[in-house]
Amino acid sequence: MSNPATTTPAPAPAVPPPVEKIRIKVDGREIDVPKMMPNWQGKLEPTTMLQACHMAGQEVPHYCYHPKLPVAGNCRMCLVEFGTPMIGPDRKPVLNEDGSPKIARSVLPYEPQTPRGAIACATPISPGMELYPNSPATKQMREAVLESLLINHPLDCPICDQAGECKLQEYSVQHGQSASRFVEEKVHKPKAVDLGPRIVLDDERCVLCTRCIRFTKDIAGDDALGIINRGSYNTISAFPGRAFDNNYTLNTVDLCPVGALTSKDFRFKMRVWFLKETKSLCTSCGTGCNITIGSREGVIHRYEPRENNAVNGPWMCDAGRLNYKWVGRKDRLTEVQSRGQRTTWATAIKEISERLASATPGSTAIIASARQTTEELYLLKRLATRLGAVTDSVPRAGNADRLLVCDDRNPNSQGARLTGITFTELGIQLAWIADGIRNGSIRHLVVFGEDVTQQGIGADLLGKLETLIASDILPNATTARAAFVLPGCAAAEKRGTFINVKGRVQRFEKAAEAPGDARPEWEVLHELVEKVTGSTGFTTIEGLFNQMAKDVPALAGLEWGKLGDTGVTVAI
Amino acid sequence: MALSIPASLESQLDELVTHYPQKRSASLMFLHALQEHFGYVSNDAVEWTAAKLGLQPINVYELVTFYPMFRQEPLGKTHVKVCRTLSCALAGSSEIRDHFCKKLGLNSHAHTPQTTPDGKFTVEFVECLADCGSAPVVMVGESVLSKASIADADRVLAAGR
Repeated sequence: MSNPATTTPAPAPAVPPPVEKIRIKVDGREIDVPKMMPNWQGKLEPTTMLQACHMAGQEVPHYCYHPKLPVAGNCRMCLVEFGTPMIGPDRKPVLNEDGSPKIARSVLPYEPQTPRGAIACATPISPGMELYPNSPATKQMREAVLESLLINHPLDCPICDQAGECKLQEYSVQHGQSASRFVEEKVHKPKAVDLGPRIVLDDERCVLCTRCIRFTKDIAGDDALGIINRGSYNTISAFPGRAFDNNYTLNTVDLCPVGALTSKDFRFKMRVWFLKETKSLCTSCGTGCNITIGSREGVIHRYEPRENNAVNGPWMCDAGRLNYKWVGRKDRLTEVQSRGQRTTWATAIKEISERLASATPGSTAIIASARQTTEELYLLKRLATRLGAVTDSVPRAGNADRLLVCDDRNPNSQGARLTGITFTELGIQLAWIADGIRNGSIRHLVVFGEDVTQQGIGADLLGKLETLIASDILPNATTARAAFVLPGCAAAEKRGTFINVKGRVQRFEKAAEAPGDARPEWEVLHELVEKVTGSTGFTTIEGLFNQMAKDVPALAGLEWGKLGDTGVTVAI
Repeated sequence: MALSIPASLESQLDELVTHYPQKRSASLMFLHALQEHFGYVSNDAVEWTAAKLGLQPINVYELVTFYPMFRQEPLGKTHVKVCRTLSCALAGSSEIRDHFCKKLGLNSHAHTPQTTPDGKFTVEFVECLADCGSAPVVMVGESVLSKASIADADRVLAAGR
């Protein structure tokens, strides 16, 4: 049954290339670090002081440096004092009396008593180098840089959206002063600039790190932002009259280390320290970007990308990020209904299971949604097998872009394929099901998460059915005609897995409670399958996933616990 | 405002691009030529330059806002440049500029060039005009006013009105 060979094997240890190491000292402790490290594009480049300090467990504060952006080296916050082994006139290392190499601390050329730091983000390490990320001189340099960055800053934290996740605040706690020494008048810059449809810019809060400029130019490929004016009047801006409007603009809000770039959707809505963070997945296309859902008391306030270098890196598209409002819609389905009357889950499941179990084999069709979790699709497939039912799902096509957006707008088309709900091509059975209803061979239809009236199975056909069971989140023309209406959950309201277009099996957690009677579909389906097939199974999502992994060949060898936060890739 | 570039200017600029290993390097020369022709660098001129050189308008706009010699607004008929570098500052150039601003109703605290609403005068502070020996120095249009005084300023004002 299971064929472990179908899962992607661990990368074959085909003679791993030797990693050349350099021995350096960080804060007096010797450490071997690789000579070369991947840069923002993944190409090998000489290891920097910042990377070396990170490996030694010393975080160097920084604003402009970002591991996934080209190095700019303009904020100066990462200045670190360092020393290199002294070389004598004979080109041999100068030694101390104990035989250890003598280290020359870097100093200003004409002021040998003043230490000279180097920007750790852009300075490569060399053998024998000593880094002092915690020395008094390093601390003094940081304090001076921070003070200078705050000179023209409005210090308006109480009304700033970034408060609580602001690098200026964080570093001020560590390296700042409680009072400003600046007595002159601050330079005033544009406030609340409408940069584009989703972004507002406060230029006075900006520290000119240029992360936003580099992101939009080098990652999003839309060279829309720049620094205008000169000196202390430097201002981030778009060209006058041109909106900063590509599908990735909101990533600049995440990137902005201060409160300069804010999201129109999120600003002034919620203090970030009240938000509960839940690891989840974006459901807007087949890419399956990893996200963090920020919610408070069951209300979702924002999606943010969660770094997963096997899928989305640290980015996500604006369309996916803002596609959460429907979860809180007032017209959500919240009642279990049987022939227009409100009923309980127990009654409805009993009635449905009796109806399905007594149906003539082959007279049932199941239309699932590729927006459902793999577990739900697996349970529907088990139900279909027992009933001899034909199954299919609904394709959703869109335009792909060059970065993250996928042409398949279903988050789990692969799940539908691998569980056997659909063939390679989604939706090819729909016409056949419509014919079956028309000629009377299909008498019962189970629909999960789709409006089949949009898929060639119109109201007239639905009227010919003996039983129409519809589960959905929002009301539609199919639920309006269903004998049984089962209110379902958004992905943010349940747990489960999606399999992205490249075969990445990823799990997501629950951020909010579903409204009213709505229950996760997998729980409902689990009971239904138990009643119809007579088999008992697991009642937890972990157990269900592990059972599915045993039954579905493509998922062989997987376990819920092994998926981790970033998922596992299977062969598709 | 639609930008109309004479064919001779355009062909001159096209030829200019060939002097540089990268098209982008011709940006400043384009802006100088366009400012000479139109008197200032409009946003349309920026967009035209960017399109010509395969750049985004913001790349060119950065240059225009960085260099004080480029103007984004048309100049007044009489262009007064008052030096504010050391010799002239010590010799009282800021009193002269203040006098111009006061007489013309301009904001003497602004750090950008100030133009009167009737378009007759533009007054601005500039850096060294390389005539420190005869500070304070004022340039009116293309002519230099050495050892300028308030009386000189009044003459300039009278001539320009």
